[in-house]
Amino acid sequence: MKTDDFVNLLANGIEPVKSGATARRHALALGWGGLGAMLLMATLLGVRADLAAAMRLPMFWVKLLFPICIALAALFAAMRLARPGVALGRAPLALLVAPVIGIWAMAAYALVSVSPEQRLTLLLGRTWTVCPLLIVMLSLPTFAGAFWAMKGLAPTRPALAGAAAGLLAGAVATAVYALHCPEMTSPFLATWYLLGMALPTAAGALLGTRLLRW
Amino acid sequence: MMNEKSATETRLRALLLSGMAGDGAAYHVFLKELSAHFRAFFRRRLIRLPDDVEDLVQETLLAVHNQRHTFEPDQPLTPWVHAIARYKLVDLWRRRADREALHEPLDDQMEVFAASDAEASDARRDVMNLLERLPERQRLPIRYMKLEGLSVVETARATGMSESAVKVGVHRGLKSLAAMIGGNS
Repeated sequence: MKTDDFVNLLANGIEPVKSGATARRHALALGWGGLGAMLLMATLLGVRADLAAAMRLPMFWVKLLFPICIALAALFAAMRLARPGVALGRAPLALLVAPVIGIWAMAAYALVSVSPEQRLTLLLGRTWTVCPLLIVMLSLPTFAGAFWAMKGLAPTRPALAGAAAGLLAGAVATAVYALHCPEMTSPFLATWYLLGMALPTAAGALLGTRLLRW
Repeated sequence: MMNEKSATETRLRALLLSGMAGDGAAYHVFLKELSAHFRAFFRRRLIRLPDDVEDLVQETLLAVHNQRHTFEPDQPLTPWVHAIARYKLVDLWRRRADREALHEPLDDQMEVFAASDAEASDARRDVMNLLERLPERQRLPIRYMKLEGLSVVETARATGMSESAVKVGVHRGLKSLAAMIGGNS
């Protein structure tokens, strides 16, 4: 087919296109993914019994805000990476690094404040063996949603776009997991919550190069 | 040169925005001018693969069309178009796994709107053959609406499909076409 004929084909019978597709698709991914993670957490794991009491402690809010900050950074990055010719910029990276440095600083302070024999307990808590895996499990709904959103857009850097989608899923899952998780120490969050978010991010980067071609 | 490029940006951007509002004539002019820019851009990038130029022009036009919902009205056109052209060029190189070709420099200084070439050579790939391979619910809406220029209502009547199924069929069919071309269907 000649290119002029192909242009005729493409331009014939076009429909108006609504703006805001990137925001709409990500809102859907986040809404359904967050809801899915909540349902999985509530049915399979259960909300922690002492939630009302825990909510009075500052550490509970640190535990919740830490992944929420990272989720915002990931969402910001994903929405930029989804559109051709839109630079990623430094803002998403800064938004990602700030909470990580913050939690690491808190963890370092907590570790030096206790006697050496107590440090391991602070780091491992009672649930370190299951925490990252349960976060990965809770990340699945948002992971599927964020990949669906990205697949319908136009990422020109598929590995990075997949990583952002994976990080978004991991961070949403971690925020939801925090409502179940009984751990209340910063060294635990700085290690196992972060690992729980890193695993979907790595999976997203790997799958991105295969699934996000257009 | 700078002024000429920014004039191109302003004109083509206005045409695309009219097209996205549903103005088929403006959209036609947009794609037609864009194809000349893509042709000049790819000819200079595919010196060792001259026979692939016209195929890549069509493939990139299809990508622009299928992905036009990622263009927001507050965004400049040049980087958007450049990123799509560059993505499709790198994709072609990867498919060819042509290490020689990869050594040709791909720098951002070479802009898509820097040159224009209205003289089309023949495409080697025949899009018509690929369209024939689509399932009926995608092939028929594309044939009636896109090739014969019928309206949605007329196409729905001719095929016995609902109007929304006709629109979805065209949309999915052009996405499948892109996937077939890219070898990732």
